[in-house]
Amino acid sequence: MSYGEVEAVRGIDLEVAPGEVFAFLGPNGAGKTTTVEILEGYRPRSDGEATVLGTDPGSAGREWRGRIGIVLQQSKMHPELSVRETLEMFAGYYSAPLSVADTITQVGLEEKAGTRVARLSGGQQRRLDVGVALIGDPELLFLDEPTTGFDPSARRRFWGMIEGLRELGKTIFLTTHYMEEAQRLADRVAIIVAGRIAAEGSPDELAGADGTAATIRFRTPDGELAGLPDGIDPVFDEAGFATFSAERPVEALHRLTGWALEREVDLQGLEVRRPSLEDVYLQLIARAEEQR
Amino acid sequence: MPTVQLVLHEFRFDQKTFWRNPASVFFTVLLPVMFLLIFATIFGNDTLEGLGGIETTTYYVPAIVTLAVVSATMQSLAISLTVDRENGLLKRTRGTPLPSWVFIAGRVGNSIVVSVLSLIVVSIIGWAVYGVDIPFERAPAVLVTLVVGAASFCCLGFAITAAIPSEDAAAPITNVALLPLYFLSGVFIPETEIPSGVLHFADLFPIRHFFEAFFTAWDPLTTGAGFEWGNLVIVAAWGVAGLAIAVRTFRWEPRD
Repeated sequence: MSYGEVEAVRGIDLEVAPGEVFAFLGPNGAGKTTTVEILEGYRPRSDGEATVLGTDPGSAGREWRGRIGIVLQQSKMHPELSVRETLEMFAGYYSAPLSVADTITQVGLEEKAGTRVARLSGGQQRRLDVGVALIGDPELLFLDEPTTGFDPSARRRFWGMIEGLRELGKTIFLTTHYMEEAQRLADRVAIIVAGRIAAEGSPDELAGADGTAATIRFRTPDGELAGLPDGIDPVFDEAGFATFSAERPVEALHRLTGWALEREVDLQGLEVRRPSLEDVYLQLIARAEEQR
Repeated sequence: MPTVQLVLHEFRFDQKTFWRNPASVFFTVLLPVMFLLIFATIFGNDTLEGLGGIETTTYYVPAIVTLAVVSATMQSLAISLTVDRENGLLKRTRGTPLPSWVFIAGRVGNSIVVSVLSLIVVSIIGWAVYGVDIPFERAPAVLVTLVVGAASFCCLGFAITAAIPSEDAAAPITNVALLPLYFLSGVFIPETEIPSGVLHFADLFPIRHFFEAFFTAWDPLTTGAGFEWGNLVIVAAWGVAGLAIAVRTFRWEPRD
């Protein structure tokens, strides 16, 4: 799949099951939008195969476009139309649209139904965007970086709305560079780095991809670590905390806390961490950059 | 939705967005009327000896109709299409089952309806305020000129969007293309005041021919049906050229 001289993406092998929320992650310029635009039918591809709802998006027609809904990375509706009118306009394009009133409820814009787009906040405009993508009752919904530029509370409200769509059984193809968003919403995640799929799986699987070891971290008041049980061999991190990784964290904790009680040592800031999706993601990006 | 109904659906929303946008209403509909009032006030008592002694106001009514139609078609389309392209609305629309030609038909229909309305408003003001006769006996020539001109300038509106990189550039670029031609073609200044070399130059472009066709229809000294087929063929040729360019260069996706 190449454009001009630069091959944008290659060797992408993905499958998304019906009813699944699939998150496609990667840094800017990794080929996310290129891939999505090929799947949405906006871009031709130079090679390879793509099948979306049983059809090649490169040659798909009106009937196929009626079965998908698209939220672009950036788009604005007519500022002169109200929320209700915007949805009425788009509803007219589909053979069996949802009701405008139900769609307004679905995206949580009941209070703003009669308000012109020009007077909606950024988050409200984005919800309307999703409403427009839903109005044709699509089987498959593409969301390209839907929460970029949102404040944290708007992002959380938006996520709640997407969870409502999952319950309706929609298949959702989500592009994002917010790990938290993928972890919260996605059944399955693929990470694209420099035009290739670097990892794929459920968020939990991916988070455990580098072994299931947990990191345990604590500090003692005077840095006293004498006589720690066998197998607990901490190093100090930049913040002065002792950290060690444990294959069996329950057992390791039991021994650590046993040691602390026996010696009456306070374990300050004790925490047990599993690697998050973000840790895995950052490692993959760093590795790809080293290879370049 | 059956196709005809779908075109009307699209047209209905194009009308809403047009009439609710203060800038489009002002520049497309009110500004030509203002120009008519200003020119008629300044030059209203003169007669144009070079044109058989007709009154200046009689000259300005078809001139301002020309301006109004070009504004409602080429200028209004070039601006609104560029704004919608840069906002991602065209791309978004393209991702729906709406056929492209229905989208285009809605926009063109909107421009033609606004053109007809402007023509009626300018004619009525010319008649009611300045006693310029409405050429009912040459109504077929007026209508044919309107349809040929509006369609051609719509095509030019789609064509010029390829040369407009951003929404901010839309109004300046169309004004740079059109304003000098309004002056050189005798739309703002009576052609009797313009050197013949300048008029010959203006003859290379469609506005002069479009105006001449309207002028003949409004000119009380015209005998016969008032069709200026020679001028209309040139206007239509520009329209066809614009269509050819538009088909090749029109973009649905934002520039950046």
